[in-house]
Order: sequence, then structure tokens, then C-alpha cells
Amino acid sequence: MYVIVVGGGKVGYYLTRELLAAGHELVLMEKDPGRARQIADEVGSIVLARDGCEGKHLAEAGANRATIVAAVTGDDEDNLVVCQMAKHHFDVPRTIARVNNPKNEPLFRHLGVDEIISPTRMILGAIEQDIPVHELLHLAQLQGGELEVIEAQIAEDSPAIGRRPTDIDLPDGCTMFVLIRDDVAQPITPETSFQAGDKVLAITRTECEVDLHRELIGEASTASAV
Amino acid sequence: MRSIIVGCGRVGAGLAETLARSGHEVTIIDHSTDAFRRLEPDFPGAAVRGDGTDEDVLRRAGAEGADWFFALTEGDNRNVLAAQLAAEQLGIKHVVAKVNDPVRAQAYTALGLATICRTTMLVDALARFAGMPGEEGVQGVAMPTAHHHHDAPEAVAAGTGAADDRVTPARVVGEEV
Repeated sequence: MYVIVVGGGKVGYYLTRELLAAGHELVLMEKDPGRARQIADEVGSIVLARDGCEGKHLAEAGANRATIVAAVTGDDEDNLVVCQMAKHHFDVPRTIARVNNPKNEPLFRHLGVDEIISPTRMILGAIEQDIPVHELLHLAQLQGGELEVIEAQIAEDSPAIGRRPTDIDLPDGCTMFVLIRDDVAQPITPETSFQAGDKVLAITRTECEVDLHRELIGEASTASAV
Repeated sequence: MRSIIVGCGRVGAGLAETLARSGHEVTIIDHSTDAFRRLEPDFPGAAVRGDGTDEDVLRRAGAEGADWFFALTEGDNRNVLAAQLAAEQLGIKHVVAKVNDPVRAQAYTALGLATICRTTMLVDALARFAGMPGEEGVQGVAMPTAHHHHDAPEAVAAGTGAADDRVTPARVVGEEV
């Protein structure tokens, strides 16, 4: 397996070290010559002091035989261009982009980036598990981020209170699969009637989250604090 | 006509003035308020401070449903990101990205984006000035050579050049620009 890592910041540097330690064949592209030399001094001559956004430099790095191109610079726009070049000019089977602004995820996916890693979203997810900033907790992503497993907390003022699952107008592609009441998990049946304090676990398409929020929690913006 | 311009450099500011004075409803976006000094004091459009590659900023600036979108910052990649946000997420039909690296400009026309490349235009103009025939087919705005980014890989992989594979442009840029 041949991997090209673009961006020699902290992420790119540690990624390179880990991949080397695991015995992978790789090249790190870092456009700043000083930074490239500094990393090369440590890890050896696998560093190319070239801009990975440019097609001819990707060609030089052997992108046509790369299995994976990972764009991990600090700039979303650069990571997008690297992945688009790799995908469309070199037919790289797997492109990975680091994304800082979580809002860019749908666009990157739509434009053909295979795997999108958003540290912002991951840290947000970790914080939400402890402190519910939103009333919808993101528990996990499935299918490369198209689907999300979420937990909705039913509060006193939730429009779902006293209603049955069939009374709730769920968006397409959204399924509620388990209820946690008094710390006990139970299946959601047609007879279930939601109460304040319930936690509902559901799988939803990322773009349907707002609709799900409206049905289970209420109209308030998902960004509002508790 | 509603126009959104990202980047208030000389080109962005100049275009904003021209369009606004010929009746377009213009919003220009730049991350620095200093840049807006390039606009005339009586500029008839709106100036919004913010990152033009941020979808939220673009929406707040009213980009959704705009007729025209021009990505004219000094960063090729920023322009490419802003333009693709405009075309794919905001549904704007007429989108142009300034891409000064000729190779990248050509790559993005093959991915379905209209581009304008200062380098190519200047080289062509200066070569003509020096009495040379200039490069064939150099135009102001290079129109996409594929309708959509998903159409592009085959054309690129097959090694067909832009000229061989020309299709009717999806996003037409007319004479009024």
C-alpha cells in the first residue's frame, strides 16, 4: 500500500511517523522547504518539498499508483483541492480530507472526497457526551458520515410528550430504535408513550437532524444552550 | 440581477462598482474591512465582512438564490472552494472562480467550474502585443468542459483535452461581465 500525506503540520508529521512505524510505503508533501527539511532530518528522505495542490507535483510524488491520499493541512480549501486533484486526475481509490469547518463536510462528500475527518466535530461530540450543549447528542457516525446515531432527551416542554411513535412525523430515512427510561433500555413499540426524562436513540440522515429535533425536542435551534 | 463577489481586491472592487452601477444588486465580501476602502464612498451595493469560503457567511450575505457569483480572492484554492460552495450548496447558476495557476484553472474547467486565469490572459495579451499570434482559444472566462464534476473523470482519464471534448457550457457567462 502506497500512501501520500499532504501537509507537514503536527497532524501530517505524527501521521507520517505512525505510518512509517507500521511499515507503510509513503511520501509526505510539505510545500514549505524549511519545514520539509526539518521533518526529513528526522524521518528520512521520504519528504517532498512540493505543493500537493498542484497536479504536476502530485504526479512527481507518484499519485497514479497511490492507494490513499490524505490531505491534512490546516486549510480546508487546500485539502479539498488536493483530494479533487488526486481523485479526478490520478484515480486515487481513497482520498481523505481533514476538515476544520464542520459545515464543509457535505460539500466535500458531494465533490467526491471519500473520507472526511473533522476534528472540530469529534471534539464537539466528546464534549457533548459530558455536557449536553445541544439536546441532541451525536453518538456515532455511520456510512462515512451520511448517517448519525443520536440521542434525544425528551424534556418537559417536548412536543413528543404523551405521543406514540406513530403520531410522530419522522423525516424519511430516520428510525428510532431504543428508549432509555430510568436507566433501563427498552424497545420502542407502537404502544410506547413518551415521557419527560426519556432518552430516545435514533439513526438519522445528517441533513434530517433539524426535523428530528423539531419533532422530539421542539422548534428551538440546535445551537441553543440548555 | 443579484451578484455576490468574494474578495475586494482591485478586480473585486472594480467589478462590484461596474455591476452595481449598471443595475445589479451587488454584495461584496472580504475578511478585511480595510479592503472596502477600494470601493468608492458612494458605492451603491452592500459590503459584508467575513470569510467568503464559509457557507454560513455566504448565506448571511444573501448568496442563496443569487444570479451571479464571482470568487476573486488572491488564493486560487479559496476561490475554488467558495465557487463550489456557491454552485453545489447554494444553487447559484452562474459561478466563476479566478484561478491564476493555469494548470489548476484547466483542471477545474474539466471538473465543471468556469474559471478565469490572469496568467493565461496576460501572457496571451503580451504575446499579441509583441506581434505573436497568441495562444489559440484563450478567452476571458474559460467555460466548463463538463456539466458536472462527476462527468469529468472519464474525460480526464481518457486524456482528452479541453478542446476535443467541449460540450455546451452549463454555466454561461455572457457579454455583460
